Amino acid sequence: MSVETREMLINMGPQHPSTHGVLRIILKLDGERIAGSEPEVGYLHRGFEKLAENMLYQQFIPYTDRLDYLASMNNNQSYVVAVERLLGIKAPPRAQAIRVIMSELGRIASHLVWLATHALDIGAMTVFLYCFREREAIIDLFEAAAGNRLNYNYARIGGVAFDLPKGFKENLQKFLDIFPEKLDEYHRLLTKNRIWLSRTKGIGILTKEQAINWGTSGPVLRGSGVEWDIRKAFPYDGYENYDFDVPTNQTGDVYGRYLVRMEEMRQSRRIIQQAIEHLPDGPVILQDSPYVSPSKEKIMTENFSLMKHMVLTIKGMRTPVATLYSATENPKGELGFYIVSDGSGKPYKLKIRAPSFINISAMPTMLKGNYVADVIAVIGSLDFVFGECDR
Amino acid sequence: MLFKDLRKGLAVTIGYLFRRPVTVQYPDEKLIPPVRSRWRHYLGVFPDGKIRCIDCGLCERVCPPKVIKIIPVINEDGTKSAGKYEIDLGRCMYCGFCVEVCPELAILMSSEDYEFANYDRDKLVYQKESLLKGRNKDNE
Repeated sequence: MSVETREMLINMGPQHPSTHGVLRIILKLDGERIAGSEPEVGYLHRGFEKLAENMLYQQFIPYTDRLDYLASMNNNQSYVVAVERLLGIKAPPRAQAIRVIMSELGRIASHLVWLATHALDIGAMTVFLYCFREREAIIDLFEAAAGNRLNYNYARIGGVAFDLPKGFKENLQKFLDIFPEKLDEYHRLLTKNRIWLSRTKGIGILTKEQAINWGTSGPVLRGSGVEWDIRKAFPYDGYENYDFDVPTNQTGDVYGRYLVRMEEMRQSRRIIQQAIEHLPDGPVILQDSPYVSPSKEKIMTENFSLMKHMVLTIKGMRTPVATLYSATENPKGELGFYIVSDGSGKPYKLKIRAPSFINISAMPTMLKGNYVADVIAVIGSLDFVFGECDR
Repeated sequence: MLFKDLRKGLAVTIGYLFRRPVTVQYPDEKLIPPVRSRWRHYLGVFPDGKIRCIDCGLCERVCPPKVIKIIPVINEDGTKSAGKYEIDLGRCMYCGFCVEVCPELAILMSSEDYEFANYDRDKLVYQKESLLKGRNKDNE
């Protein structure tokens, strides 16, 4: 009698606790090894690109919050930078600095959630609790500034919605002072831990060529040894004025991406420190611009301002007829907006280049030849959010 | 030394055993939200109790999920105001655009009134009468 062996198909998800949302992976197994895999996305599709065609440019800002809901500030910034480039305007220096502070805080918050859940999936529960404690401090800062805890709706076309609240700088400085200590603590818990090392080192390898060919971006690309950061390559919102490094790692495995993100948090802290030390004075939103509503005082006292405000709210801005692609560096990678404008107040077409979606496509390459248990480690190290992937 | 790396991590966790917890026991202790927090809507009124809304319809237009519905009335003196004002808080996305565009300070958002969860979706549709109630201090 001969023993017959054949490959087995297994579904992981869409409700598996470690898939971070609704990801379904069809695994083709050869014993314990993965012979092939196919990620299936789209369970969280809400049709944002179509929604955008039916609303004014400024009305779409709260929807960008709901793309990558762990880093809403970054999405806000990314979208308004794209629209500002379309209109050919620039936010005032103070607004730019505030946006940089907020988006770097958002990057830290997003990476903290990544570290928390990644460690929890692999079995280190303590890290989860500690990371969420630090994230809470950031969210409190956001709540004081923007008024909401998760979907901030803070950036506006031509600036930001409100100036920084009273006491924000002091609270932020307090957080920045304690944060490196806490980061060292995570390093003590994980970086040299032998369980962590054996679960992450040499797992899910993505070589430099593969990473570039699959179009990955962000920490996934940098973890494979490519020094590429939109903040350095195509600076926006005054990133060229800040001094920071782009961490890379040559290994391309789960551990490499872990080290890259840990170092990115330290670099983000450096950027925020520089930004609050040289925070310029002045308005936080463009004054007397044809694309920006006047302040409330003017609307309530001047007839012309009221008319302009009404036209902007009802008909929208008069945009140039153009197509434009604009990208910014999000915690997950390159978030791009491709806008086709036909001159009206609504975008004719708005395409979102979601980094999570493109990073997921590299997953079958990473998984091939690994064990089933390593799928979780690879998912964690890719750090995708399904709000953005399925959008 | 044996398991030196694991002990290093354990030293961190054991250190936390003797510290105070950072969590808040919600229904017993409550944190006060910052003044900019966007929670339940309420309608602004003049000191004499007259409703400020003039039915310009800007909030209706700007609302991204289209949850605001106004039916105007014409008063005896010829001015317009909101006869019916309805907000579906179950579908509201709390972006705050309605407050931002209102030229009359007629719609505002409370920073304190956040406990309005309900088992019934229909009860989250707030009418003018309930939106006039439960104002906070800066509306007086």
